[in-house]
Amino acid sequence: MDILRFATAGSVDDGKSTLIGRLLFDSKAIFEDQLEAVERTSRDRGTEYTDLSLLTDGLRAEREQGITIDVAYRYFATPRRKFIIADTPGHIQYTRNMVTGASTADLAIILIDARKGVLEQSRRHAFLTSLLRVPHLVLAVNKMDLVDYAQERFEEIREEFTAFASKLNVSDLTFIPISALNGDNVVSRSENMPWYLGTSLLHHLENVHIASDRNLTDVRFPVQYVIRPQRATDHAFHDYRGYAGQVAGGVLKPGDEVVHLPSGLSTRIASIDTFDGPVEEAFPPMSVTLRFEDDLDISRGDMIARPNNQPHVAQELEAMVCWMADGVKLTPRSKLTIKHTTRTARALVRDLHYRLDVNTLHRDEEATSLGLNEIGRVSLRVTQPLFVDDYARNRLTGGFILIDEATNGTVGAGMVLDAR
Amino acid sequence: MLQRDYTTSQLDVLEAEAIHIMREVAAEFERPCLLFSGGKDSIVMLRIAEKAFWPAAIPFPLMHVDTGHNFDEVIDFRDRRSGELGARLIVASVQDSIDQGRVVEDTGRRASRNRLQTTTLLDAIEEHEFDAVFGGARRDEEKARAKERVFSFRDDFGQWDPKNQRPELWNLYNARIRKGEHIRVFPLSNWTELDVWDYIRREGIEIPSIYFAHTRKVFERDGMLLPDSEVVQRGEDEPLFEAVVRYRTVGDMTCTGAVQSQAATVEEIIEEIAATRITERGATRADDRSSEAAMEDRKREGYF
Repeated sequence: MDILRFATAGSVDDGKSTLIGRLLFDSKAIFEDQLEAVERTSRDRGTEYTDLSLLTDGLRAEREQGITIDVAYRYFATPRRKFIIADTPGHIQYTRNMVTGASTADLAIILIDARKGVLEQSRRHAFLTSLLRVPHLVLAVNKMDLVDYAQERFEEIREEFTAFASKLNVSDLTFIPISALNGDNVVSRSENMPWYLGTSLLHHLENVHIASDRNLTDVRFPVQYVIRPQRATDHAFHDYRGYAGQVAGGVLKPGDEVVHLPSGLSTRIASIDTFDGPVEEAFPPMSVTLRFEDDLDISRGDMIARPNNQPHVAQELEAMVCWMADGVKLTPRSKLTIKHTTRTARALVRDLHYRLDVNTLHRDEEATSLGLNEIGRVSLRVTQPLFVDDYARNRLTGGFILIDEATNGTVGAGMVLDAR
Repeated sequence: MLQRDYTTSQLDVLEAEAIHIMREVAAEFERPCLLFSGGKDSIVMLRIAEKAFWPAAIPFPLMHVDTGHNFDEVIDFRDRRSGELGARLIVASVQDSIDQGRVVEDTGRRASRNRLQTTTLLDAIEEHEFDAVFGGARRDEEKARAKERVFSFRDDFGQWDPKNQRPELWNLYNARIRKGEHIRVFPLSNWTELDVWDYIRREGIEIPSIYFAHTRKVFERDGMLLPDSEVVQRGEDEPLFEAVVRYRTVGDMTCTGAVQSQAATVEEIIEEIAATRITERGATRADDRSSEAAMEDRKREGYF
């Protein structure tokens, strides 16, 4: 059994909570005491139906105001897969939250109300999904019961959205007509839409092929922590020196020739160690410890790659940045802390090329700053070289966060476009 | 040549993520500690720590906030396990906080030291100058926790501000704090109760005996089975009876209920949990029942 992480985007009006509630309920991930609590609260408030959004709206302010503030993570499993849902709110702080939820997602579900069709919000969600390079996108056309399960309406929406998506980087796009309320095409195929020949949403989630979404080509191992037992659990390890980290790309094997960055020196992997014994290969997302044949000066923030396949060693970065801070804005000359893989440095914003309108994709080249939830293309100069790949090639070695040096808050998320 | 598809099981993915989080903390903080209660989640967390730094010893101490109302079996387990690992165990005592007048003990039949733990915990964090504190909480436990970050920022009063959390992207965690502030770190955020049990089975990890079915003298209160103990005040209208029970969670005797169960092995526990229709906290924790936002309120104050 593997894990599929997916993000859901849409507002309460689109039936997102109802859809999540149904997935959780039908897979028995909602328990009786949780359901009773939700039913009791719904009754107390005079709501006629059981408001499943109360399951995910966990904070007092959310319940009081009837809004979702933050990304909520929900879990369910079927015999085929474990699922982690990043449930992101549709309205409030949508960009910041959706970018956060999408950063780790294998798949995104965008809900569209069949009566309303493709809205500005749907385009925005699709754009963010493509910006964050979520490999699989599902457009769930919901409330099909309210348009008499009409194939024509579904096809209209499919055509309109396909035309828009052609402008984006979406590699796998699936359309599913559903009714979350009635359960049509959610868990099992609906008898109300015999014209629909595809699978149910859950069947799709259980079977979509994600194993090859990881980058297994470019060996990338950011050194996270040096293991040198001071107080070894066994005297045999007295001279042990291992480099621990999580594989960010490629497949590593003992005996492989590798290059250490920034030194550029080559060595071979002597052993790939784990608590459970040495392993014959390591690949994403394994956390392992490498030992090398030669004694090199290696520390946290360094990178292990292959001599003939190295990341860019860059101090000048071109990137798309999503700004996430209230109050303070990103402007040319802003100084920030940048965290990329296991390396932290300081960065100077050299230029803001344009601000992107996430609804129209229009580039405003006159823009002089990025505010909360705004996205733009920037040039950064970094105090130390970073070992980067284009985000499109590897999300883990192409993504970074920006930290405000005054507040220590995480104020930006960046995706490398063109490293030099 | 044979082509592999390099798939990984859900437990391997969760373990790799948790190890990554632990190493990140060890690399970025000066003085981390790991909260170890002897409960199943902290036992799993301790195994992850053992794996993350092997063959070196775990590079931080363990800490237990001891209310004095814990089960003997669990305290024995706590001491033995930390001894086996050669780890330093700090015990922060709620009784000491009471004796020093830092907190005032509740009285009456429903008295619990649950809420008092927060003061003891925050005092200990301050005393030892811990800047990162590992906790075994999971997001599937409770809906306020479902929104909490893996690196959860606490101000210098130890408070959590749910509306002002740092965004968390990819596997990049922001470890920046000022002196006096700290980060609560939850490496098991993405695990479910069933994942924890599956992992205990896979790894053959020992757990305290009270998780398995045993015969115990109990009484019923609010639909929960509380144990016969000198620290639990029982009314005359609450008669004792013998039952075959086990614990799904391990907390204080005063607020942790047992469930009737015949499950005597980890396999039987997994079968039981897979079939159950009540959450672990709903079934067994009086501390979460006091109000709709009980957990959120306690977390805001600095609770685990």
